[in-house]
Amino acid sequence: MAGQEQQQPQSRDTEVDEDVPAAPPAPGDAQASAATQGVDDLLDEIDGVLESNAEEFVRAFVQKGGQ
Amino acid sequence: MTAVVPGKPADTAGGLPVGGAMRVMGSETEYGIHAPSAPGANATMMSARVIQAYAQVTRQRAAGGAETRWDYTDEEPLHDARGWTLERSSADPEQLTDQPPVLDAEAVALAYGRQELEADGEDESGTLLMNMVLGNGARLYVDHAHPEYSSPEVTNPRAAVTWDAAGDLVALAAVRRLAADPDLPPVNLYKNNTDNKSVSYGSHENYLMPRSVPFGEIVRGLTPFFVTRQIICGAGRVGLGQDSARAGYQISQRADFFETEVGLETTIRRPIINTRDEPHATADKYRRLHVIIGDANLSQTSNFLKFGTTAMVLSLIEAGLAPRIEVHEPVAALQAVSHDTSLTALLRLGDGRRITALDLQWIYLEAASKHAQDTGVADAVDGDGHTHEVLERWSATLSELGGDRASAASSVEWLAKLSLLEGYRQRDGLGWDNARLGLVDLQWADIRPEKGLYYRLLARDRMQRIVDDAAIARAVTEPPSDTRAYFRGRCVSRFGADLAGASWDSVIFDVPGRGRLQRVPTREPLRGTEALTGALFARHREAGTFLAELLGLSPGS
Repeated sequence: MAGQEQQQPQSRDTEVDEDVPAAPPAPGDAQASAATQGVDDLLDEIDGVLESNAEEFVRAFVQKGGQ
Repeated sequence: MTAVVPGKPADTAGGLPVGGAMRVMGSETEYGIHAPSAPGANATMMSARVIQAYAQVTRQRAAGGAETRWDYTDEEPLHDARGWTLERSSADPEQLTDQPPVLDAEAVALAYGRQELEADGEDESGTLLMNMVLGNGARLYVDHAHPEYSSPEVTNPRAAVTWDAAGDLVALAAVRRLAADPDLPPVNLYKNNTDNKSVSYGSHENYLMPRSVPFGEIVRGLTPFFVTRQIICGAGRVGLGQDSARAGYQISQRADFFETEVGLETTIRRPIINTRDEPHATADKYRRLHVIIGDANLSQTSNFLKFGTTAMVLSLIEAGLAPRIEVHEPVAALQAVSHDTSLTALLRLGDGRRITALDLQWIYLEAASKHAQDTGVADAVDGDGHTHEVLERWSATLSELGGDRASAASSVEWLAKLSLLEGYRQRDGLGWDNARLGLVDLQWADIRPEKGLYYRLLARDRMQRIVDDAAIARAVTEPPSDTRAYFRGRCVSRFGADLAGASWDSVIFDVPGRGRLQRVPTREPLRGTEALTGALFARHREAGTFLAELLGLSPGS
């Protein structure tokens, strides 16, 4: 299920994680399936909220120093 | 002028139950500021626009003005808690926070538009409001290149969460006002602490302590706690290193920006323990511990625990009961903890032991719990009404972090953000250097509920609430009832037109016919409460008679 990966120690080598596919929910595991569905719904909603052109938006967020 | 706000004399403990999570405290939030449609805009001017926009909101809300000017006379940013004062000439210009920032006419015209400047003739002194005191007792101003909200003084962690979150609504009101102005570019505000390009800006906490506690004890007792506190109240950050040169995720927004263990600076060579000694209160009785190491929190649980656990550790230090632990090389340890989302990294202690950040938090929790039980404040029924909840949530959070991390994702901010990021990584196969993850990190902290990702999770009840929305909305205009902020806030709301200014420790009246300014000192943080001054406010609708009774003068004298 989604969220499984974060329970494991993070590798300092960030490339390792990228190709790990999300494990499909075990058959009959309704709770896990519901949780996955919840995450999918959430991501769908957030897709619609995120600023367009992520790279440019993030690059333009430049702050002056503070305390 | 010797009058003080009436009230019983406070003892050095401040008159609050001792031993637990109650204490005079407050928060400061510097918001990240960005106008996407005006990329080159001057950040100080944009920040000034935010303050000005909120002034317009309060004027609309209350004829006569529901804010007043900040009075700078009691600011002492160069006083060091270790017992000396930095020479002004050797201070970094950014440390001179006791002077109002200067905007020249050209900057003013650029910030506000020439027409508006001319039309804004009600501001008779000709200077702009860069710095205001609000009816809820808070301060809203331009700090360096960011708008900053400093909450009113409160007495407990729940109220700290409430009035800190109220600041986010204040900021939101200003953002809305600017968005509605066709002549100005819309401004976004972010409750975060870095732009991920080597710049950080602060979220500070303040705690009142008796001056009798030796500063060295505070440093010794707090440092191991501050190195590890982030696991319960870090806000999470995409990117490693001050400039995010390395891809990855870490627990704290701020950790990589700390470079020394103890010091006076807040903008350079940031120290784990800040020594700025501006008590904003009776100086021989109190110190105000200025904590600069925290992340700004949107998660109410993380914010609650940040204030509650720290207040409890200070109670331990005051009682001489802080765990005798020394973390080897605390700055490096702080960063190692932040970079270890598995929470398995071992910290080396002075006695040679190696323990995890979680172990260290449990040691502090057990000591704090024992002390609170011994003093009676931890009791669920007969305690102080706050400590029990802090202990329950602290313990539950540490248990979850050690086991059921999925549960902790609805309360611990860095885990909530990580869980969202992991969702994206898994669905879209994104590496940590993907800009989309950087955007999720940034937009997590957008204070607009329709754009801010924290608020999207809150709307789906994926984040726990500690305080209900109505209480936060009330705190935008209402001061806390149990500190001097009540007196300050009520004076601003009721007599705003007759005030020349206000600060943490005074309210200055300029009443027609009195001839001179009347300064009412408020140097005892637990006086000026509703219990002590509510009746006085009820008896007077006019500043003249109010002041006359307060100062013991006959009207018109």
